[in-house]
Amino acid sequence: MAQGSLLKLDDYRRVAPRGTIDFLMRIGERLRGKRLVHVSASRYGGPVVEVLNRVVPLLNDLGVETTWEITIGTADFDQVTRAVGKALAGTEQVITELMLSRLRETGIDNAGRLQLDADLVVVHDAPPLYLVEQRKEASRWLWLCHHDLSSAQPQLWNTLRPVVQRYDASVFSLARFAAPLSIPRFIVYPSIDPLSERNREMTRAEQATVMDRLRVPRDKPILLQIGPFERQHDPLGVINAYRLVKKHHDVRLVLAGPPLPPGADGLADVQEAASHDADISVVVLPPDPQIELNALERAATIAIQKPLKADFAIEVATAMWKGKPVIGTIAGGIPFQMVVTVTGYTVETVEGAAFRIRQLLSNPEMIGRMGAAGREHVRRNFLVTRHVSDYLALLAHLTR
Amino acid sequence: MSATQPFVFLGCLELNELLPQEAHDARELLEQVAHVPIESIFCHTSAALLHRPVLAEAYPNDFSLWVGSEVRDVRLAERLAAIDAFHAGSMERVREDIIATISDHLQHLGAAAARTQGKRFRFFQVHLVPVPTGHQARTLVEFRDALAEVDVSALFYHTIAARYRAGRGRGDFAEWIGGALGLPDLADRLAHIDPHAGSLERIRDRHLSVLSDAISGEGA
Repeated sequence: MAQGSLLKLDDYRRVAPRGTIDFLMRIGERLRGKRLVHVSASRYGGPVVEVLNRVVPLLNDLGVETTWEITIGTADFDQVTRAVGKALAGTEQVITELMLSRLRETGIDNAGRLQLDADLVVVHDAPPLYLVEQRKEASRWLWLCHHDLSSAQPQLWNTLRPVVQRYDASVFSLARFAAPLSIPRFIVYPSIDPLSERNREMTRAEQATVMDRLRVPRDKPILLQIGPFERQHDPLGVINAYRLVKKHHDVRLVLAGPPLPPGADGLADVQEAASHDADISVVVLPPDPQIELNALERAATIAIQKPLKADFAIEVATAMWKGKPVIGTIAGGIPFQMVVTVTGYTVETVEGAAFRIRQLLSNPEMIGRMGAAGREHVRRNFLVTRHVSDYLALLAHLTR
Repeated sequence: MSATQPFVFLGCLELNELLPQEAHDARELLEQVAHVPIESIFCHTSAALLHRPVLAEAYPNDFSLWVGSEVRDVRLAERLAAIDAFHAGSMERVREDIIATISDHLQHLGAAAARTQGKRFRFFQVHLVPVPTGHQARTLVEFRDALAEVDVSALFYHTIAARYRAGRGRGDFAEWIGGALGLPDLADRLAHIDPHAGSLERIRDRHLSVLSDAISGEGA
């Protein structure tokens, strides 16, 4: 199967809603000759990179000349951007004048080096923010923020807000993530790539091989939560919900997440809580676990997303795409991806989660019906084809 | 029968812009509804078909949904749900109806309006960018066949947006079939398809059904 940048828009014809691909091609014809440049701080890892790896080739396939530039910083620049990122996400950080100077200087230095001659310049997140100080008036500039700015550290945001307001417009993933600004604020939801390793169809044999490798038996219905083993993702709450369910249904709980950094104790807590029950599997995922996540989601009976605080949590859409009902909290973007009572349920407590899981397990026909509705909901609202059309809409609207 | 002027199917790209206005209770909702751009009223009423899933049991516009689910004022939610944006005549009339409904409700409430314990109401406006779909038709059969194929946004653009936002008569489909094809009865039937039928796909199916019946009748 074609993968990554080898994929063509036409490959999505079999998964996108009726008429979508032809319509995108027509839009491409209308916008042919326009130039779009994306700027980010990295070409490896993170949600920005995942989006651009999919969207940039598809936009080029449509005839919209699209490039992707990367900013380069000094040795301490990564440290600065990490601290700034955390502070914007609401975790108190010490941001010194020197750090802010580094952010600004790096932006200005890169502006002289990067190819930014385009009709629309899309700058992703805070690290390249200051590029706009060198903008040429012929181009339109868009700042795209992939994070939640609703509780940004005030002093830092007060410094950065005037810079953001030099852009022509901004984009946020959710209305509740947006900060007040004097420029237009558009809302564009993240998306999933149905043809990626994470979401492509899998044969039962391939799925079985991966599940065996992860040492997860498939002998009973599987409840699955994917997410870091951190308090914020409430893995212990999920275990408690499972225990309430277990009194009535013979199920298995799978908690899958990336390895925690040294010093973090969340994983030990989860392993301790799970150690007395052979039906709880704690799976520490390998690096770049796309196939593993795909197999786990396909093997699951019900997907759970029970974080106490979350970003958009696109994992909800990836589970729904695999036809799984989702039981999620109201954190971040979770409720915006679901149609409550149609594709799953939102809950606020351990007891609520247990009740909804039991309700589904006792009515298996609901599992199938909700799963099918979820897949169709994702097809219409959260596929990368919709994301491409959003970029085209921004290009058409801002350069009209 | 063939029309001199073909019907050119346009789809539309949609861009949702978050406005600064917000409301935490019915009184603030009333104040903001009076001041937001008319595009925002369209976005939260008629255009709801485009940007959120349509559930048969759900209230039909964003205002009633929010008042019902977040403010938990069922009486006001029901009254707002009864405002029919598709039959009001204009979006300004819809705005007036919303203002009158909330004002009347608050007048009879006699106490402070309940504040939401959940999500505040955030006002949006929707920008539509029309794009040719590449489909056009000169005959009724060509029209029906193209309608079956076009991106679903074309349904929104030619029926909902044309009629309730741009004020183009009874919508582009009915106007062309009545005028260019000279089939006023068929135009009337298309114009009477209820936008509350559900999703845009369901509205497409209703149009196709009416058109197919008319084509069969022609051939009989």
